[in-house]
Amino acid sequence: MGSQVFLQHLANGISLGSLYALLAIGYTMVYGILRLINFAHGDIFMFGTYMAYYAITSFMLPWWLSFILAILLTVIFGVMVERSAYKPLRNSPRISVMISAIGASFLIENVAIVVFGGRPKTFPVPEMFAKVLSLGEVSIVSVTLYTPVITLLLLALLLYVVNKTKTGMAMRAVSKDYEAARLMGIDVNRIISFTFAMGSGLAAVGGIMWGMKYPTLLPLMGMMPGLKCFIAAVVGGIGDIRGAVLGGFILGLSEIMIIAFFPALTGYRDAIAFVLLIVILLVKPTGLMGQNLTEKV
Amino acid sequence: MKKHRLLTALAVVALIGLLGVFNLTFDSYKLRILNLCGIYIILGLSMNLINGFTGLFSLGHAGFMAVGAYVSALLTMSPELKDTVFYAVPIHPFVKAMSAPFPIALLLGGIAAGIVGGVIAAPILRLKDDYLAIATLGFSEIIRVVATNLQSITNGPLGLKGIDRVVNTGWSWGLAILTVYFIKKLMDGSYGKAILAIREDEIAAEAMGVNLFRHKMYSFIIGAFFAGIGGGLLAHMLGTIDPLMFRFILTFNILLIVVLGGIGSITGTVISACVVTSMMEVLRFLEGKMDFGFFQIQGIPGMRMVVFSALLMIVILWYPRGLMGTKEFNWDYILQRKYLNIFNKKKKKKTVSEEN
Repeated sequence: MGSQVFLQHLANGISLGSLYALLAIGYTMVYGILRLINFAHGDIFMFGTYMAYYAITSFMLPWWLSFILAILLTVIFGVMVERSAYKPLRNSPRISVMISAIGASFLIENVAIVVFGGRPKTFPVPEMFAKVLSLGEVSIVSVTLYTPVITLLLLALLLYVVNKTKTGMAMRAVSKDYEAARLMGIDVNRIISFTFAMGSGLAAVGGIMWGMKYPTLLPLMGMMPGLKCFIAAVVGGIGDIRGAVLGGFILGLSEIMIIAFFPALTGYRDAIAFVLLIVILLVKPTGLMGQNLTEKV
Repeated sequence: MKKHRLLTALAVVALIGLLGVFNLTFDSYKLRILNLCGIYIILGLSMNLINGFTGLFSLGHAGFMAVGAYVSALLTMSPELKDTVFYAVPIHPFVKAMSAPFPIALLLGGIAAGIVGGVIAAPILRLKDDYLAIATLGFSEIIRVVATNLQSITNGPLGLKGIDRVVNTGWSWGLAILTVYFIKKLMDGSYGKAILAIREDEIAAEAMGVNLFRHKMYSFIIGAFFAGIGGGLLAHMLGTIDPLMFRFILTFNILLIVVLGGIGSITGTVISACVVTSMMEVLRFLEGKMDFGFFQIQGIPGMRMVVFSALLMIVILWYPRGLMGTKEFNWDYILQRKYLNIFNKKKKKKTVSEEN
């Protein structure tokens, strides 16, 4: 394999990894606070992509306005999902909450099949992102370069919000101890909604970038990336935002690189994430950056 | 107790009689639904054993079913048939040579699924709750991906065709009744008490001397075994299988049955398996053209699943443990409520009048 092909794969891997990272952050934040796999996260991602699609094609809005609108709508949608599917079960057994999450995911997917239609749609990629850049001998679609940059900027913003602002402090407090945070006067429900809003916003950004890189939209498009990104969050250490980004990059790079080096394994691509998950759970169940938690009796 | 046994025996005889009547009067479409009900009872019970009784949230059912379906189908297909089905990639000689009559093939399919379940369970039983769910889901996806890619054994995405469609009401419902009996016996015994203890409080159960790992392991293996049997029955009812059949949505359907019926209730699972399976067919009208005389609605494909996922959401939000919860069918309850009450009242009145 020549160095230019390698660089090409590297760029693709980093770009895919940053998409995974955007989604994984949403999983990790929700899990950190509610100890719940938000199964519907992948479908929120799908929703964001479709919103951007309709804003551009049906309402003929300029692409930047469409993207902002899509992100806002997805944020509202994400908070709505939390309010209707998770909030009523806050004190129920975990198995019920998990079933509710799976049910919400399937409901969104099936409604999407009815409303958006089961036929694939093609995402209208704005010119700015579709340009082919040639760096030396490597030619790359510009969205491949923009994606990691946007991801890192959003990560910096998110880390600022979580670590420096009052809301961020409240978020950290809720994830450390839900009850104690409530007793200290933190409006826990507001913080949870805020977490879902941020996660959904990032999922929407991820969805739009995904649509520009892989422009086939399907109502079930969020299922596989959703599962994989949860795995990325687990690999990085669930509850840790930097860990989620690290996990996303590891997963994206290994998917692209393993197939680049062993083309015979192409068919097994979707299994790589699950193998990675099982290995990490056996070797270091808390994830790469996770802290050890002892179980309280 | 003796009375109960007699009543149960009578009920089973009545059920068999009813099934016999159905078998003679139903057309092939209705018979197919009847068979599906039986198969889904087996699948629902096997998932309820792992998820409801043991409290391990496993989402690996589609994978176990795939193992059972492929193993049993490959065993019953004749070598000539295999040659014609495997036209893209030649079949592995060992797979071509292996063959067994249907009952043994079904059993071997179940055993293979049980072995796979055990192999999967050994490493992942250290995990809890959602991690376990994701890991089992992951394994089930891996099984599907392997089935898609291992063309010389599974015929890849083309799937297997022309499997003998030998499953009739006797097979599906006979095995369903056997499964109900087996799970009931299991839950009445010390093993059942132990896994219920694990579900309620793991640490307390361990302190009482219940071997957590071994009991969870058995639960997984038995659950996977029945899932494999269910998969084998499904393969021999439909006549064709392919990897796309065994996606997560199949697990979701079984989960739907378990949740609607009651997480941890045999009776609930049996009832909801029949209700859900029949409703899946009844609600087909939603996807066809509807004619109200003065206006028409074009059929909306996918509407059935919207109804079912909405139903699941409604049930889980208002009845977090399912409609039946952990309640079971009970002769005493029925006898006292419905009929004996009348006798009791009369007796009481008599005694009162005698006292006077």
